[in-house]
Amino acid sequence: MPITDMTIRDMAQALEAKQFSAEEATRAHLERIARVDEKIHAFISVTAEQAIAAAQAADQRRAKGEVRSPLDGVPMALKDIICAKGTHTTCASKMLESYVPPYNATCWQRLEDAGAVLLGKVNMDEFAMGSSTESSAFGPTRNPFDLDCVPGGSSGGSAAAVAADLAVYSLGTDTGGSVRQPAHFCGVVGIKPTYGRISRFGVVPYASSLDQVGILAKTCYDAATVLEIVAGKDKMDSTSAPYPVKAYNQFCDSDISGMRIGVPKEFISDAIDVEIRQQLEEAVTQLRALGAQVEDVSLPHTAYALPAYYVLATAEASSNLARYDGVRYGLRVPAGNMRDMFVATRNAGFGTEVKRRIMLGTYALSSGYYDAYYNKTLQVRTLIKQDYDTIFAQGFDCLLTPTAPTTAFKLGAHTSDPLTMYMQDICTVPINMAGLPALVVPYALSSQGLPIGLQLIGSGFAEEKLLAVGSRLESVRLLPDLDE
Amino acid sequence: MTKYLTTIGLEFHAELKTKTKIFCSCPTESGGAPNTHVCPVCLGLPGVLPVLNKAVVELAAKAGMALNCEVARFSKFDRKNYFYPDLPKNYQVTQYPLPICRNGYIEIKDAQGQAKKVRINRIHMEEDAGKLVHSGSSLSDSSYSLPDYNRAAVPLIEIVSEPDMCSAEEARAFGEMLRLILLYCDVSDVKMEQGSLRCDVNISLRPEGTDELGVKVEIKNLNSFRAVYNAIKYEEERQADMLDCGEPIVQETRLWDEQSGETRSMRSKEDAHDYRYFPEPDLVPVVLDDEWMEHIAASLPELPAARLCRLTEQLGVGEKEAQQIVQNPPLAHFFDALYDEVKDAKMVSNWLLGDVSRLLNDSGMEFSALPLDAVDTGHLLSLLKQGAINQASAKQVLEEMFTTGNKADDIIAARGFAQISDSSALEGIVAQILADNPQPVADYLAGKKAAFGFLMGQAMKQTKGQANPAVVKELLTKALEA
Repeated sequence: MPITDMTIRDMAQALEAKQFSAEEATRAHLERIARVDEKIHAFISVTAEQAIAAAQAADQRRAKGEVRSPLDGVPMALKDIICAKGTHTTCASKMLESYVPPYNATCWQRLEDAGAVLLGKVNMDEFAMGSSTESSAFGPTRNPFDLDCVPGGSSGGSAAAVAADLAVYSLGTDTGGSVRQPAHFCGVVGIKPTYGRISRFGVVPYASSLDQVGILAKTCYDAATVLEIVAGKDKMDSTSAPYPVKAYNQFCDSDISGMRIGVPKEFISDAIDVEIRQQLEEAVTQLRALGAQVEDVSLPHTAYALPAYYVLATAEASSNLARYDGVRYGLRVPAGNMRDMFVATRNAGFGTEVKRRIMLGTYALSSGYYDAYYNKTLQVRTLIKQDYDTIFAQGFDCLLTPTAPTTAFKLGAHTSDPLTMYMQDICTVPINMAGLPALVVPYALSSQGLPIGLQLIGSGFAEEKLLAVGSRLESVRLLPDLDE
Repeated sequence: MTKYLTTIGLEFHAELKTKTKIFCSCPTESGGAPNTHVCPVCLGLPGVLPVLNKAVVELAAKAGMALNCEVARFSKFDRKNYFYPDLPKNYQVTQYPLPICRNGYIEIKDAQGQAKKVRINRIHMEEDAGKLVHSGSSLSDSSYSLPDYNRAAVPLIEIVSEPDMCSAEEARAFGEMLRLILLYCDVSDVKMEQGSLRCDVNISLRPEGTDELGVKVEIKNLNSFRAVYNAIKYEEERQADMLDCGEPIVQETRLWDEQSGETRSMRSKEDAHDYRYFPEPDLVPVVLDDEWMEHIAASLPELPAARLCRLTEQLGVGEKEAQQIVQNPPLAHFFDALYDEVKDAKMVSNWLLGDVSRLLNDSGMEFSALPLDAVDTGHLLSLLKQGAINQASAKQVLEEMFTTGNKADDIIAARGFAQISDSSALEGIVAQILADNPQPVADYLAGKKAAFGFLMGQAMKQTKGQANPAVVKELLTKALEA
């Protein structure tokens, strides 16, 4: 098996068996990036020198019997919204094109401490605002299964890099589906854990009350392995949860007979592609065959999630992105006075979608509109949470839904129509609003040869149940034909 | 001429006395080189998150308790959004609908000398902004401005009064009492000239006999209570003149100009920001449980009003002296320590307000820098009280203790100030003097009372001034009348 085909699990065993070194594994990935990423454009920056140095350090540890974790020496990528000390962290924005953070995000710190080898920073929608990676200031990423299609977004680079075997796994962020929809589009596993499960410290915020770091990997087992390392309380993030972290990969491939799985009817409508609905039915049949009990359920407030999300997320974004003013770091466009400098800098530094969301959010928080928009949204959010609380209180272990209404769409298909683009998030946004964990597993290829991933939703901090069910459901790894 | 009634409300910002900033572990101390007390968190770099310093909650709740507030068991933080380069994130983390304290009051004296409660609407916690150093005199007329974020995210409490004051005198009295309470609680340095306590005034006038409040004007840039007082006096006159001429008062913010003694317009209501407050999603709510609340309550010191009452009613210190002592917390603490040693409140207050204050004045020192040890000073006063040293010597000893830092006993021994109060030691001397001076004795017995003074003088001379005059007087009287 070529090194770049390997999962974390394969590679950890191979490294242990000294079939190759971490340096060789890293060079193999760097070589593949050099060869293939021209087509994909998953990476914004490749940190080759640091990666090789980190791999050599991993090899030295292994030689001394000081292996730190199953991730030690395994090459990976970070969404370019996660701060890694000394490497550019651009958020795919002109605003931060020159920005180099002086500190590590906690999730990356934990990976680095576990021996992870950072290959580079991957592409995304600007400031994580988008569902196609087309709003990146540095050009779009392409879907490895069809180069004319988008990889999804906003963590499109993270998903495409894993799908195209440019990295063994990657971290993304998910505010309204930004890990799960790209996982679905690119045929990889994507997990968005419970809000608070992974520290947000060092992750540039889009909408703080919804943002969560997620993992993109080739298998559920791999995602579970990474989750165990990055999850857990962080004293730098007050909103991180104190609950103990589990050995999540131990739950993979376990017996799921007797588990109760709900299929919420609000997620299945004509708005969802027929093929996706068919695959969902297939999965239900398969789960029943595995001994699970599958029932129809209802989450009545689902329809309100999307509009409420676009008020809440944009409101928080309008405040989170206020700091980019040209005073302290990043882009500065000089002007005659302070106010003009702010305006010129923000006008030149932000792309259209970012500006649109800042304006929407500013409007929603303005005096006279606050109660009608922001406050109403908080009430909707409570109702959505209650929907899920009710279902899980009835004893359901998880819910099964589509991930998005369609498979990967063509580049440029929705760029002039933001509302259609926003509809991409219809199946994923409610889960962020409720703060719950969700897992997307690759399930099948469509008639067009594009991946279809299914979404499993769990109760708070029950990621292991999702991984148990997901690992039984996930297809044999879907491989793109990159026609090399 | 119409008479007008003044309505005043005050807003204070007090810097809390914590070691570290409100959301990170950078030091709060002032005076470092620009941008040296900073980290990614207080610089608001992309991706950082705030973590609340518990000491901030404790000091804010303590201040609230001292100001008779209800302390909320559940409060939360909000973001106040506005663009200004001294604000690293272009929003300030503060508390809006759910502040930590509500509904307090301070008691002051009104013009008639009657007790008056001035209500406090709320106290909330927030972060301070940085400081801009302009190349010109302000941001707008500078070719460049340099931000210094050392002060960014230093913890503040904002204390907002109700509009319960009706004169510059009342406003000043409220401010001074507030300052004193915060000082006793040790929650803030409360130095107005250094900005650790800042005060804004809201003031409106209305014609006598009407109920509806007039249009209010806010006054900023007040660096002392004298400035607060003068600005209110000025503004009362300015607004009264305008109203007399039928000119409308505009709702605006005005700046006090210390030099010219005037207020001038800074911005009108139309320029007011829409702060777009919303809940700070990066922080969890502040929950004060019983245990924490009790812990904070237990840290409350005796407050000025209670202390004044104790000094006057229990210890018998005069009203005026007690006021003087309580106004000055280091003096008040020294008073208590001395009183513990001497158990004579009158004597202690006389010495502190007399000799000790004079020594400090002469050397230009504050009470907080007093170089005297309470136990040793108490020992000196006890010696005086027992008659082991006389008043004149005690004053000299105190002065020497103050200047040299030497122990009272050492000074007394070195200078031979010990007083002879032992009557058995003095009886022989008295007898000798009576024997040596038959004429004055006869004069005294013949009714010339002045002769007594001569005999006293002889006794003091014999003992080189160390005899306790009271004992000598008693022995002489006894001997002469025997």
